[in-house]
Amino acid sequence: MSVQFWTWLLVGITFALYFGIAIWARAGSTKEFYVAGGGVSPLANGMATAADWMSAASFISMAGIISFAGYDGSVYLMGWTGGYVLLALLLAPYLRKFGKFTVPDFIGDRYYSNTARTVAVMCALIVSFTYVAGQMRGVGIVFSQFLQIDITYGVLIGMTVVLVFALLGGMKGITYTQVAQYCVLIFAFMVPAFFISFQMTGNIIPQIGMGGKVEGGAFLLDKLDTLHTELGFNEYTSGTKSTWDVFAITLALMAGTAGLPHVIVRFFTVPKVKDARKSAGYALFLIAILYTTAPAIAVFSRTNLIETVSNQRYDEIPVWFKNWENTGLIAWSDKNGDGKIQYVAGNSLSGSKPIYDDARGEHGERIVTNNSDEVNELYVDRDIMVLANPEIANLPNWVIGLVAAGGLAAALSTAAGLLLVISTSVSHDLIKKQLRPNISDKGELLAARVSIFVAIVIAGYFGVNPPGFVAAVVALAFGLAAASFFPAIILGIFDKRMNKEGAIAGMIVGMSLMLYYMMRFKLDMFGGGTSEDWWFGTSPEGFGTIAMCVNFVISIVISRVSVAPPQEVQDMVESIRIPSGAGEAQDH
Amino acid sequence: MNDNQKNASAYWKENVKYLFILLAIWFVVSFGCGILFREELNQFKLGGFKLGFWFAQQGSIYVFVILIFVYVRLMNKLDKKYGYDE
Repeated sequence: MSVQFWTWLLVGITFALYFGIAIWARAGSTKEFYVAGGGVSPLANGMATAADWMSAASFISMAGIISFAGYDGSVYLMGWTGGYVLLALLLAPYLRKFGKFTVPDFIGDRYYSNTARTVAVMCALIVSFTYVAGQMRGVGIVFSQFLQIDITYGVLIGMTVVLVFALLGGMKGITYTQVAQYCVLIFAFMVPAFFISFQMTGNIIPQIGMGGKVEGGAFLLDKLDTLHTELGFNEYTSGTKSTWDVFAITLALMAGTAGLPHVIVRFFTVPKVKDARKSAGYALFLIAILYTTAPAIAVFSRTNLIETVSNQRYDEIPVWFKNWENTGLIAWSDKNGDGKIQYVAGNSLSGSKPIYDDARGEHGERIVTNNSDEVNELYVDRDIMVLANPEIANLPNWVIGLVAAGGLAAALSTAAGLLLVISTSVSHDLIKKQLRPNISDKGELLAARVSIFVAIVIAGYFGVNPPGFVAAVVALAFGLAAASFFPAIILGIFDKRMNKEGAIAGMIVGMSLMLYYMMRFKLDMFGGGTSEDWWFGTSPEGFGTIAMCVNFVISIVISRVSVAPPQEVQDMVESIRIPSGAGEAQDH
Repeated sequence: MNDNQKNASAYWKENVKYLFILLAIWFVVSFGCGILFREELNQFKLGGFKLGFWFAQQGSIYVFVILIFVYVRLMNKLDKKYGYDE
């Protein structure tokens, strides 16, 4: 049966499942809406957190990025998992003991100030919106790729689905749909990995296969290093980034992960402090399954790709190559006129995406109009590494359909989690806590639902018309979270003397510094600049580390020269350090 | 300082001590083995992996998972010892 058939079937079944769960887990109160009633088991919460966390980017793009970046890709692997250690040890248990709904709630109460609360809400909204726009785009791309429809319709379908389960169920509905989505996405990710690992190395476990031997007795990684060097790329296992930059990016991603509001709120949904610790452990374990498989897929598909295309005649190339050429993710121009695909280091194009002519070339290839002067003839989009992997390795059609369902599960679960944070920030932290304190439970629930609706429309708009800066900014959402929230929360727990003056100043300076650097070096504002102009040789992705350190220093210095926080706040800090008596996540 | 507070601050001290130890391991496997000293470690091999590269792409993640579960165990014990268990 055809790929189309399997895709429609598997996507249909999984979507029916999500809808069923959303209807079963309808939320009746704000408490159910915000924290799922507080009765989620640690394992279920771990699965939901993992699904929430693993976005379209983790599922579709990460293995591809690592595949092209080699050792440099380690920053994502370590950064996005190591952050959970920080989260589990430094944040989750204490925030659970504090026992309210949101991060701005914690910041507002701990720093006894509505200004601090507002700054935190602003940070949460900026971080969540930049992130969610990218997810909606991801949904659109997966739909259009696999169901052969326009990206716009893909985004619209995605919006409708998220809207239904978010509106009906709130956190409760989302939590249980995410449990289902985790199962779908991890299954879809692992199945092709098992197949390919077995094909290439004879070992079915990809994590071990990655270090295994290929036919002929050489180690796979050594072979790949040799292929890379022969074609003029850097050695796969060495990378190109400076040690400092790798260090800075990894740390920024770790602290950012721990500071991302949609991950933190998940720990408010379990019954006890003990469960918060445990569910962070489950979450990381479940995430690690995908994150240790991704580098293996990266190596397999990189080797496969080079072997299948390098120096092969275009006339004899397998059919997947031409299929993906038709979708615009692969482009070849016969620059030296020998009819063979010459794949070496260097950009084959001027500009980042191929621009096609309607005509076909001599061999039937799509004609590209923006070729560069460099020798390399092949453009390969990174996203292809996961999406086309099953085809490159000749896997059965149902596996290809499964990957589509998995990619959608990943994108939808993350989008839903983020939209919930946005709506909570608006209805709870802005309306209930600041504008209309005596709003009823029902009114607040209505406000939450209205704001989810508005948020989805905005996110969908950016999904259809992605402004150029979205892609750049998504990667930097972590830097923003690291530069703003992370120090304020850590100091709020571990430094009793920290006061509102210090925390507010730290958050504002950290956030502004990060925004400035981002706009200057990513969006070419304020004079722009190249990597020569980077401060201390730090890339914008790694700058979160510096902005975070500045935040820490400013917070501590200012808090020491201004008045100590009031006694009741100091008592509160003492109390969140003790795990017992957490009770349920309280209303107010 | 009454007994309750003494108990609480002793608990907190031990908690912070655990955090230091666990975070030191966290730092050593990721930033240490995976980044700062990877060149040195790459001279050694673990199966087909250069060791530094293995820490950066696989090893540190395994250690992270173990670290959290060790932390859960240590804290559960500590909760019992100080009577904060629920």
